[in-house]
Amino acid sequence: MRSGTFLIVAAVIGAVIFAIARVIDNEYVFFAGYTVLQYVVLATAWNILGGYTGYVNFGSAAFFAVGAYSTVFLHKLFPMPVPVLVIVAAVVSGLVGLGMGYLTLRLRGAFFAIATLALAVVLQTLVVNWNYVGGSRGAYVIRPQTIELFGSYIQYLFFIMLVLAIVALATARAIERSALGYGFATIRDDELAAEASGVPTLKLKLVATTLSGAFMGMAGAPFPYYIGFLQPQSAFGLEYAVNSIAMPMIGGTATWVGPLVGALLLGTLQQVATVTISSAVNLLLVGILLVVFVIVAPNGLVGLVKSAFASKAGRKK
Amino acid sequence: MNAPILEVAGLGKRFGGFVALEGIDLTVAKGERLGLIGPNGSGKSTLVNCICGTLTNETGSVTFDGQDLAGMLTHERTRLGMARSFQLPRPFASMTVADNIRVPLLYAVNARRGSKLTEAQIGDHCGELLRLVGLADRMRHYPRDLTQVDMRKLELARAMAVEPKLLIADEAMAGLSGSEVHDIVSLLITLNERGVTVILIEHIMSAVMRFSQRLVVLVSGKKIADGNPDDVIRDPEVERAYLGQ
Amino acid sequence: MEGGNEYDMSLDLLVSALIAGLLLGGFYAAVTVGISISFGILDIVNIAHPAFIILGSYIAYILNISLGIDPILSGIIVLPAFYALGALVYQVYYLSFEKRGKEALTGLAFFFGLLFITEVLLILVFGVDYRYVQAAYIDQSFGRFLQSWGAPEGALPALIADLPMRMLVPCVMSLVMFGVLLTIIKRTFIGRAIMAVAQDQLALQLMSASPVRIKRIAFAISIATAAMAGAFLIIIQPVEPSVGREYIGRVFAICVLGGLGSLTGTIIGAMLLGVVESITATFYGPSWAPAVSFGLLLLTLAFRPAGLLGRR
Repeated sequence: MRSGTFLIVAAVIGAVIFAIARVIDNEYVFFAGYTVLQYVVLATAWNILGGYTGYVNFGSAAFFAVGAYSTVFLHKLFPMPVPVLVIVAAVVSGLVGLGMGYLTLRLRGAFFAIATLALAVVLQTLVVNWNYVGGSRGAYVIRPQTIELFGSYIQYLFFIMLVLAIVALATARAIERSALGYGFATIRDDELAAEASGVPTLKLKLVATTLSGAFMGMAGAPFPYYIGFLQPQSAFGLEYAVNSIAMPMIGGTATWVGPLVGALLLGTLQQVATVTISSAVNLLLVGILLVVFVIVAPNGLVGLVKSAFASKAGRKK
Repeated sequence: MNAPILEVAGLGKRFGGFVALEGIDLTVAKGERLGLIGPNGSGKSTLVNCICGTLTNETGSVTFDGQDLAGMLTHERTRLGMARSFQLPRPFASMTVADNIRVPLLYAVNARRGSKLTEAQIGDHCGELLRLVGLADRMRHYPRDLTQVDMRKLELARAMAVEPKLLIADEAMAGLSGSEVHDIVSLLITLNERGVTVILIEHIMSAVMRFSQRLVVLVSGKKIADGNPDDVIRDPEVERAYLGQ
Repeated sequence: MEGGNEYDMSLDLLVSALIAGLLLGGFYAAVTVGISISFGILDIVNIAHPAFIILGSYIAYILNISLGIDPILSGIIVLPAFYALGALVYQVYYLSFEKRGKEALTGLAFFFGLLFITEVLLILVFGVDYRYVQAAYIDQSFGRFLQSWGAPEGALPALIADLPMRMLVPCVMSLVMFGVLLTIIKRTFIGRAIMAVAQDQLALQLMSASPVRIKRIAFAISIATAAMAGAFLIIIQPVEPSVGREYIGRVFAICVLGGLGSLTGTIIGAMLLGVVESITATFYGPSWAPAVSFGLLLLTLAFRPAGLLGRR
């Protein structure tokens, strides 16, 4: 299926989803759905760097928060429509990704991973000390009650995140099938051999960190409106870091399908668990699932399905 | 007169206190078949890594096809037409054999030509290269399913896909049987007849003698002999330092 | 005259910040030495190390409230348990990742998962309140402490007598622990085998020592140090579950700054970080302290990744 066709199909599916949600007419569906879609974007974004090139990012929360706080900053300065905020967040987060990559990507993957942890803490400290965006006290971002065309504002936010999810998935899929995707895979497989084959590894890695960071920032941009009151603890929350890693790794890191599967499954599971049990237990489950999958099924759910098919095909012969 | 394709002048490389290479001078003419031998640890692979840019030499220079390579990254040197195969094969494990060949076509050849190869052209080139090395029937296999000798053929095919002017084959035949060695040498000679300069680094003397038009000997980071293969192996210093071991 | 006083005050502040920083640095060295072994020598990126430290802290806390045991003593008591835990974790890591050659992505995710699970479990069991230990000497200054043992008043200069015991004891004990480790590394067969395994596994195999076993022992030792470091931590400050994450940056910053694989480098890096952090906290406020270590780490990675004394 060509990329253009995929986009159209995805858009149609998205429209259907949105229509169904409207029919159900329960605001909670939109609230919960927004979170799940947000994770689709985060997981897909993480996977562009982690799954395709093999460079692990522990600081997803940092990029997410950069998007959220650029919204807060602009909201106080000069209110803008959310789509514009999303674009701005993409640029800012993308630049952060580029800068971080430039500083650390010439080193081994392990150092990059540690540096991403460092980045998250440095940025959080900066935000905590920055009073204009509320510092540690937090910032109120009043969400309008309604908006023309959509009715309730939360439906509007849901719609935006739906569009973002479609764009992220389509981008990931397009990358996979392109020369860029091959380049990324060689970096993951063997960087030395990649260089010897003419692949400009540093440049491609920077592309990956920039894209990944940009999408994560975009996922964070509408968040202040969603939540109404933004504190550094919630923007930089641990759940973003662990979910961005767990969802692609449990779903499967080789293709765009894995993060989608992981996000839908784990995201829904967590929405249920948070309401029925507690949010701490729910995070514990995610952590345990991550460790178990990484040991037992490193290729994720998609990998399990693929090998099940392969062995069936083998047996047929 | 052929201008040299590769000129290494006064090259030196240290690792901390350890001097791996010292004052290496080497000139390789276009279309030559050069053999490079030396005991383990003499610095052969280090020399290759410095020429290709994987390591940076502290002193001396490397000039390729008239261009000084100082500061150039490995992939830039590859794009200029320098290819190398690795001592221990390093295939791209997550891709099929055919896709392994596709990568250098996409990245090295496209960059050099300035215009992109079409999908059909890439397919043709892949097929041709795999037929040349005898891997055509393994196109859709993964590297983990290949035999030792097939992995080395893939390694060479991937280096050839770069469309190199110079190919450095780093111990491409270690651990292979007599007939397999013969196959690889024939392959390299065929390549050379197509106009590719080849530097062969090897321990297997039969292969080296059959292949080389000129022989260079490296011992403890220094070049101790450089010339006609038959003369070089009879050189008493070479016998003492290398063949006597 | 006022200008002179301000200068004196600043100098005083600087000196006390310096001393506090050095004491802190001694403690940081104990926290880091585990990573110096697992990452610097064994090349295993155990980012879950701080989780083990916090675990040690909480165990010291439990033993302290229920049985009144001194935290350092409890650290020593649980050393064997932590050693066994370390061996177990390494075995899982080796079988799942190292053997398969896939350590890069999945290994990191594994340790991250462990870090995460530990933190959440601690939250579930203990809640997010700060926990601290009680011991006679913790709130005393060094001078007071000596006096309670019969030393005459004013025997020591004020600078030394005023050192808080809660900083002094962990610093001294951690240097002792360091001394023990350095002796093990330099004088015992196991110690030298551990250094050798980092450099040449083949040579080790030829000596008929199993590299896997050596690495397991080394990793177990690194986790055992966490037991002691945890005890030191809860003496210095009250702990709550998320404290571990603050230390990730510090630990790797020190490791990289001091140079991977160099134990002495670790001490120097730790002292350096302790001093910089202490001075920053004194003059700019404690809320900037976390940024210091992580910022230092980023800078070192960007400009001098081999560290000050690195072997790579």
